[in-house]
Amino acid sequence: MIYDPSPTAVVVFFAFVGFTVGLSFYLGSRAKSSAGYFAAHGQIPWFINGVAFAGDYLSAASFLGICGMIAAYGYDGFLYSIGYLAGWIVALFVIAEPMKQLGQFTFADALDARFQSRGIKATAGISTLIVSVFYLIPQMVGAGVLIQPLLGFSHWQGVVLVGAVVITIVVTAGMVSTTWVQFLKGSLLVVFSGLLVVMVLQQGFTSDVTSFEVMGPLAIDDNASDELIATQLKRSLYQVADDAWPNESPYIRFAHQSGGGFDAYRKQMTEQGLLLLPCQTVSSRSGQTLVDGMPLGRGDEQRELRPVGHLTKLPKEFQSGSSASANSTGPLGPIEFLDVLRRSEVMLWSSGTISHPDGTATKIYTAKPTSGNKILRPGEHPRFAGIREASWSGKINFLSLMLALFCGTASLPHILIRYYTVKDGDAARKSTIVGIASIGCFYVLTLYLGLGAMTSGALDVTNNNMAAPLLARSISPFLFAIISAIAFTTVLGTVSGLILASSGAVAHDILSGVLGLTFSETQQVRVAKMAAVVVGIAAIGLGILFQGLNVSYLVGWAFSIAASANLPALVMLLFWRRTTAAGIIASITVGMFSSLGWILMSADTYDKVYGLDPAASIIPFSQPGIVTIPLSLATLVVVSLFTSGRASGSAAA
Amino acid sequence: MNHHVAAESDQETISPPRSGLLLFVLYALFYVGFVLINAFTPELMERVIVRGLNLATVYGFALIIVAVLLSLMHGWTQRGNQKTLNTRADSE
Repeated sequence: MIYDPSPTAVVVFFAFVGFTVGLSFYLGSRAKSSAGYFAAHGQIPWFINGVAFAGDYLSAASFLGICGMIAAYGYDGFLYSIGYLAGWIVALFVIAEPMKQLGQFTFADALDARFQSRGIKATAGISTLIVSVFYLIPQMVGAGVLIQPLLGFSHWQGVVLVGAVVITIVVTAGMVSTTWVQFLKGSLLVVFSGLLVVMVLQQGFTSDVTSFEVMGPLAIDDNASDELIATQLKRSLYQVADDAWPNESPYIRFAHQSGGGFDAYRKQMTEQGLLLLPCQTVSSRSGQTLVDGMPLGRGDEQRELRPVGHLTKLPKEFQSGSSASANSTGPLGPIEFLDVLRRSEVMLWSSGTISHPDGTATKIYTAKPTSGNKILRPGEHPRFAGIREASWSGKINFLSLMLALFCGTASLPHILIRYYTVKDGDAARKSTIVGIASIGCFYVLTLYLGLGAMTSGALDVTNNNMAAPLLARSISPFLFAIISAIAFTTVLGTVSGLILASSGAVAHDILSGVLGLTFSETQQVRVAKMAAVVVGIAAIGLGILFQGLNVSYLVGWAFSIAASANLPALVMLLFWRRTTAAGIIASITVGMFSSLGWILMSADTYDKVYGLDPAASIIPFSQPGIVTIPLSLATLVVVSLFTSGRASGSAAA
Repeated sequence: MNHHVAAESDQETISPPRSGLLLFVLYALFYVGFVLINAFTPELMERVIVRGLNLATVYGFALIIVAVLLSLMHGWTQRGNQKTLNTRADSE
C-alpha cells in the first residue's frame, strides 16, 4: 500500500513528543542524585507506578504485534495476550515484594543481596544488558515501521528520530520522567483502545464480496491446462516473453481486463470443483517494484496493492436479497460480536514466494475464505499449526512458548526495576495489582481490535503491524492520528525504560559493583547517562540493521532469554536456603547462553534471519524455554549442592 | 549503600506471603489446563460453551478475568502486611 502522510497525524505526533520531552526537562530538575536517577527516589505513588507498569509492558510488540497477528490469523494472536498476562501472576505473587525488599536500584542488587559477590553482579548485569538489547531491537524496528506511513520518513530516519528523543528523555531525568511518560502512555493506550472497540462494536459487520472475488467452483479436471481454464472463464491468459514466471506453478494469471498487468489466482481443487483464489503480487525487477505486473504507483499505467480484510459471508439471519449485495449487522454487543463472527466467513491472506530462474523473487499474497469457527480457535498461524499435527515437535514448541511467556514477564529487567520506584513492598504489591488490571483490560480489548481490523477492509497485506492504526483510520482520521501518536509514545516509553535498565546495569552493577570503581552520587549518575547514550546509539544502529525482521518474533527471543537466565536464580534465591553464589552465577550463565545458542541455531532463525534451509538446523523445535529453563534450574541446584560446603567462603568471594 | 543490611535479617521475611503462593499455584494449574487442552485436544477448543462462544474464547477471557480477580483478592488479604514491611524499612 502507498501511505499518505496525514497532516493531523504529524501535528498530533509532534504535540505528543513535545509534551513528553518538555515534561522530562521539567522533572529532570528534580532528580539529581543516583536514587533519583535510577529509582525516582522511591517516591512514585503506587497508582501511577501501576499504570506505568502497563506502559512499560504494553510495548510496540504488544499493541501493534498482537493486534496485527489477531487481524491476520485470529485467535492465535490472543494466545500471546493470555501468556503475557499470566506472567504477571508470577510477578505479583512470587517476585514483587521480595524484589522490593532485597534490592536498591537493579535486578543484580536483589540477586546479590545475600552474597555480595562480584560474580553475581557481573553475570546479572550482563544478562540485563543482553535481554534489554534483544528487547530494544524490535522496539526500534517497530518505530521505523510506524514512522514510514505516518510522517513519510524513511525507516532509518524514523529510527534515528525515535532514538534521539528517547536518549533525551532518559538523560534529562532518568526514572522520574520515564515513569511519567509510561503513565501517560499506559492510560492513553487503554482509554483510546477502549474507545476504538466501542466504535467497532457500534459499526458491527458488513459483508463485502466484490473487493476480492473467488472464481468457481469450475467443473473441470484436476490436471486441466491453464488454457482450458481461461477458455471456460472467457478470460485470456497473461503472456509476456521475459517475465521469468515458472511454467509449473499453482498460480494462474489472466490479462487484466482494463490496462496492463495481470490478475493472479491460486488454483485450489475441492470436492465441488476447481476454485480460483484471488492473489496480489509484488516483484522487484531491474530496480523497479511491480504490483501485479505493473509499476507501483497511482498513475494510469501503475498499480498498488489493494487494502484487504473483508468479511465475505454473514450468518443467515443477516442475509437479505441476493448474496452479492452487501449485508450489515448494525451495532453488536461484545458477546454477540464474537458469536456472529464465529458463524461468518472472512477472507484471510497468506503469503508465499515464487523464485524465478533469473534469481529474482515474487512475493505472492493469496486470499482464502475462512470460516469464523476456524478464526476463533487456536492453530491457524503457521507458528501454532503444529498443535493440530500428529508430530510431537509442534506440540512441544507450543508448550515451550507458553512456558517462556509465563516465566518471562517476571524476569524482564525493565519491569523489575520498576519495583524500586515505590516506597515499600506494600506499594510494590498495589502497583502490580493496578498494572495487572490495566494490562488485563487492554488484552481483552486486543481481541476486539484485532478482529475489528480483520474485517475493516483497510489492512495492508504486506504489514500486519499496521493493523491497529489502519483500523482507526478506517473509522476516523483523527482517531488514526491519536492512535498512531500513542503507538509512537509506546515505543518511546518502552525504549527509555530499557535504556535506563541497561545504563543501570553498566554504571551500577558492572562499573561500580564488579570493577570496584567508586563514584560519588553525581559521578554515578553521569556515568549512567553516558552509558544510556552509548546504549541508545547502539539501539539506533541495530534498529536500522534489523529492519526486515518481524517485531513480535524478536520479543519472543527476549522473553525466552530472560526466563531462562533470570527466573530460576530469582526464584531459588527466595525459596531454597542452600542456594549459593556460585549456583546463581552458573545458572544465569547457562540459562543465558543455552537459550541464546538454541535460538541462533533453531530452524526458525535459519529460515527467517540467515535465509538458510530450515531443515539444516539440528535443533528439533524453535522455542527454547522448555529445555533451557529447567536446565538453568538444574545447574543452580547441582552447583549449589557442590559449593554449599564452602558457602561461607563463596559468600565472601 | 546499605541495602545489604536486608540480607542479614532472617531469610523468612523475604519470602513472599504464603497465601500469595497458594493463589499462584491455583492460577498456574488453571493456566496449565488451558495450555494442555490447546496442545493435545485442540478440537475441544472449538466447542461452543455458552451464548455462541467457544471454549477457546471463554477459557481465554476467564484466564484474564481470573488473573485480575486473584490479584485484587491478594491485595485485599495482604492489607495487614503493610505494618511488618514498614517496620522492616524503619529498622534498616
